[in-house]
Amino acid sequence: METLADLVAAEDVLLFVNAAITSTGQREFHSDAGEQRMSLDFLHSYMLGNYRELYAATLALNVNDHNAALIVRRLLETAKEATPEQRTAEGRLIARRLAALPPPRVYRLFRGLRRAGVNNRRTRAIVRDWLAARPDPAFDAVKYRGAVKSAARHAHLRLDGELGPFLFEPVGRRSEGFSAPLLEAWRRAHYERSAVYDLPYTVAEGFAAKHGIDRAVFLERIAPRLTRLERLRLQGAARAAGADSVRADLATMPLTRLATYVLSLPLGERVARRAELTAALRAAARRAAGARAGSWGRVAAVLDDSFSSFGSTRKRRRPLAVALGCHFLLEALAEEFTPLWLSGGRDPLLRYPYGATPLGERILDALEHRPDRLLIVSDGWDNAPPGLAGEVLRVWRTRLDPGHRTGAVHLNPVYDAEGFDVRRLAPGVPTAGVRDAEDLPTLVEFARFAEGRTGLAELRAHLDARVRHFLDRPGPDEPPPEGP
Amino acid sequence: MTTSLELTGLTALPAQTWGAIRLVPLVRDEPIADLRLDARLYGDGPAAVALDRRTAYYAYVPHGFVATWTADGTPAAAYGTRLRHGDERRGDERRDGPPPCVPLRFHRRMARREDRGRLRFLPLHLALEGYLALHFGGPAVVWEEWSHRAVSQGLSPRVEQAYTGAEVAGLGDALRVFEIHPGQCGVLLYAADALAAAFVVPHPDDYRALHPSLLHDLYGELVYHYATLHGPVPDFRARIADGAVSTLAGLRAEAARQRAEWADFHTTALAGGLLEGDYEVQRVYRMGPFALSRFLPPFHRRTEQHIGETINHDDGRLAYLKTFRLSEHQVRRGHLLTRLAAADWNLEAAAALLGVTPAQLALRVEAAGFGALLRQDVLDHYRAEARRGR
Repeated sequence: METLADLVAAEDVLLFVNAAITSTGQREFHSDAGEQRMSLDFLHSYMLGNYRELYAATLALNVNDHNAALIVRRLLETAKEATPEQRTAEGRLIARRLAALPPPRVYRLFRGLRRAGVNNRRTRAIVRDWLAARPDPAFDAVKYRGAVKSAARHAHLRLDGELGPFLFEPVGRRSEGFSAPLLEAWRRAHYERSAVYDLPYTVAEGFAAKHGIDRAVFLERIAPRLTRLERLRLQGAARAAGADSVRADLATMPLTRLATYVLSLPLGERVARRAELTAALRAAARRAAGARAGSWGRVAAVLDDSFSSFGSTRKRRRPLAVALGCHFLLEALAEEFTPLWLSGGRDPLLRYPYGATPLGERILDALEHRPDRLLIVSDGWDNAPPGLAGEVLRVWRTRLDPGHRTGAVHLNPVYDAEGFDVRRLAPGVPTAGVRDAEDLPTLVEFARFAEGRTGLAELRAHLDARVRHFLDRPGPDEPPPEGP
Repeated sequence: MTTSLELTGLTALPAQTWGAIRLVPLVRDEPIADLRLDARLYGDGPAAVALDRRTAYYAYVPHGFVATWTADGTPAAAYGTRLRHGDERRGDERRDGPPPCVPLRFHRRMARREDRGRLRFLPLHLALEGYLALHFGGPAVVWEEWSHRAVSQGLSPRVEQAYTGAEVAGLGDALRVFEIHPGQCGVLLYAADALAAAFVVPHPDDYRALHPSLLHDLYGELVYHYATLHGPVPDFRARIADGAVSTLAGLRAEAARQRAEWADFHTTALAGGLLEGDYEVQRVYRMGPFALSRFLPPFHRRTEQHIGETINHDDGRLAYLKTFRLSEHQVRRGHLLTRLAAADWNLEAAAALLGVTPAQLALRVEAAGFGALLRQDVLDHYRAEARRGR
């Protein structure tokens, strides 16, 4: 028998997971960065205070990097309050998650810990082990010089080889070279132009400015050193500057990233490159669908391209990109797919944020196709007229389809700071936060908990399974030994 | 000529709310294509006036818009809404040259904003004074009590108080998050469910260009206070009764009914104060099938009163509408002026009409801020009379 406290706990966890998946503490269409941060901070404190174990376990779910870093930071800040068993479990989760985070974010976390004066033994061990597991310490030392320096100082690390002198010796005093090629390139780049091109792009850019290297020449020669995302970001500017060798390989891009890129292009270019872009999106969707491809039966999706899907200047067209990603992913998952954009448009490639949000009517259109699954990807600001979507879904659930012949799920890419959750459409239809379209299958599975028909025990079991799976995946790192 | 106002050709769609602000979009089934915002006002925005060279169209310039009207390129503000021929080669110079405008001298900062070539309204005080001065010409009969200035210059200049939209709490955010409907040609703006302004243009592209300019527009003090003091207004949420529906088609019919009911409710209940008023309409001029008019309310005290400008098509469609809601203070003053005008600006007759002595009326005129209109010696005489009477 479930107690009331259990139900509340299950609800709180779901609420937090939704928030931690969607919110990045950045400005959204309806709320600014300050509101988002304050709202999110409250949820973190609340979860940490009430359900510490579940809070740590969310690291195993697809919460976004911003929240993962926040969770790690809060767990380390309050290490004193945890029991030894909790610490062991947390340590493993933290180490696993840090290994999966992009290095700049981890270094930012370490800096934050330093600024906050968090320097317990556990923190030092985690910093030490994470740095030891980095594949190329010399590369990190060059690319993230300040951050590595600050982390090493904070964790009282003894750096071996040339890294110590490289980071801590004053630049001008050194007369002999380094034996590691990257460190040596960095030293020589101070006075030698050709050495600049052996460095990572972000570092080289500063030296290029110092030497007054022409932008086109610089981009042309640094091209082989660019990372995948740098390539994607720079190719437009590079082409304008006359450096043609900067070309992003769209075939390897993840789905949502690719969708964002497509939506950033002017409509004319999207038409001109239609075949290329569509093929890339389809390939990314097939990769994300994996073995599940074609197994979802008849699927109808209501996809939001109203004006609010613009997001904000910080997250340009993010909600629309998620909808576009879902479009292609669902196309791969379904046997028969009916996409319904709110604007009434049919061409997924030519969508742009415009118009109101008549969710209710589109849901009716979708239900007319009698799908096996109905997916709604929208920020939930139903305004033409307000509340119609909720009413349609409610009446349809209670009167027309009480037997759940059609499974309906609402995916919401936007965190509503005021409501401490993603906005819901109707109580009978589960709502889950979504950050990347790739996560859609997992989220749809997770959404059944939000329907209120499954309790805390089941949720805990699901979380445990996810945690086990998360920890057991083969990774380059080993769990760090725990402090007492 | 008195008449009521009608939103012919426009349908109200469900409102979008943000805080105390409610915005009701108005859409046209078919845009009016032969009346467009003056191309010069589009600036560097999307070149929306792309019409066949052969089709004749007319252009309008809303009151108070700043643009480079003059030949020497200095910014100036349009004084009163204008109608003109869209095609420069047609029409006569006198009427279609630069519209009558008020030259502006900007400070350095404002001049820089000018460079971006964007739409904006005139600095606040000038616009409203101009507006009321347009509606009240001043004494039409030269009774001896009126000062020389009042006769030669009318009521202008005078000071009216209003707030820019930027000062109205939440309006900026409400306009930012508002989702413009396809085909939307107008909006009704409510603060705490009091109608603050109505704005209608002939074409959706014009509306999109002018939507942000609502923030630079003027609003009366009532709007300002309501928006500041009132909490969030509730949404009119759709409701479908369970028992009524047994099929999907039935559900769809119910949803459609919600929409129709809202439009009806809006015109009769929410916008009733604007639409049911009895307006004094003054036709300013006509061009082709379009006629520009200004209207004044009956100045009933303690009720909703709007002044504004309209452009109507011959077939009755409303092409352009812009209103300003008067504050209670302004209504009182307007009331006083209409009474004076009704009595042909004769103080004694007007006093009889209002049931007060001429001395009381003169003091009321002074208290309303129109003291400068009366000759100084006449005013002093009435003051002395009032003192003696006391």
